[in-house]
Amino acid sequence: MLTTIVIYSLLAVALIVSLMKSREKTLMAVKVALRVLKNSAISLIVILALVGLTLGVLSPQTISKILGKEAGIWGTLLATLIGAVTLIPSLIAFPLAGSLYRSGSTVATIAAFITSLTLVGLVTAPMEIKYLGKRFTLLRNLLSLFVALLLALIMGVIV
Amino acid sequence: MKKFIPLIVVGVLFIILAIWWPPKALASAEVTLDYLKEMILIMPPVFLLMGLLEVWIPKEKIQNWLGNSSGLKGGLLSVLLGTLPTGPVYVAFPLAAYLLEQGASVRNIILFLGSWAALKIPQMMLEIKFLGLKFAVVRFFLTLFFLLIVGQIMNLAFKKKREFL
Repeated sequence: MLTTIVIYSLLAVALIVSLMKSREKTLMAVKVALRVLKNSAISLIVILALVGLTLGVLSPQTISKILGKEAGIWGTLLATLIGAVTLIPSLIAFPLAGSLYRSGSTVATIAAFITSLTLVGLVTAPMEIKYLGKRFTLLRNLLSLFVALLLALIMGVIV
Repeated sequence: MKKFIPLIVVGVLFIILAIWWPPKALASAEVTLDYLKEMILIMPPVFLLMGLLEVWIPKEKIQNWLGNSSGLKGGLLSVLLGTLPTGPVYVAFPLAAYLLEQGASVRNIILFLGSWAALKIPQMMLEIKFLGLKFAVVRFFLTLFFLLIVGQIMNLAFKKKREFL
């Protein structure tokens, strides 16, 4: 909700300023937007369908069960893996992480899960490759995977 | 035609699931539709903002703000841009590609994408609520620290050849 309000307010201000300055340029901007939309529409629908499939099959309850059972370092590794291959919106991910925490998962496991969920994206990789290239995508995701594990290790010690 | 292949693949996945495990397929379809609704609301304004950015902000400006010599200011600006409440990370890929094309440094793009994905303000509010202030604050700063390192490594990796596609 907040997201929507912020974006639309930003757009309203930008559009008004742009229209006041130049009609032609505003029209050009609309054309650019349409081009990007056309280029991304299919990838976006595919990603949304994959989010749906993931959450439908691997519901938050199922993930909670899987991660709740595995303790210690295996739990952390599994959490990193699940975070990397799934795409769960934060509106669901944080309550899920909270319930994991209450049911006895370690701080390291939760930190690993959140970090790899947000920074590593197998589902979004095709789209990332399309826009940023194979090398960029591969390197960024691999490094992020390491970051998830390192960050988990550190958070497990200090939090 | 080639770009329809992924669409066909997920379509087939849905059909297989529908035959094999109907309740799960139904749940998946519901989630997909839910997010589709949200996306339809968010995508057009984000892309329009991108269009306005492309038309109004000259390349040199972006190079100055986010380029290799932008220093600390460029880094801060990238994080700031990323943390604004503006939709899921896959929305950020086209924007990141555009900024790179305009001369933003790889390090700043990593900061931008990373904070967009992991350090969003609405997301942080949820995190504090469900995992506590201490967890959220420590994760925030550690993530930022590691993003800087990843950015530095990737900056080096792309130094010789600034080719992405």
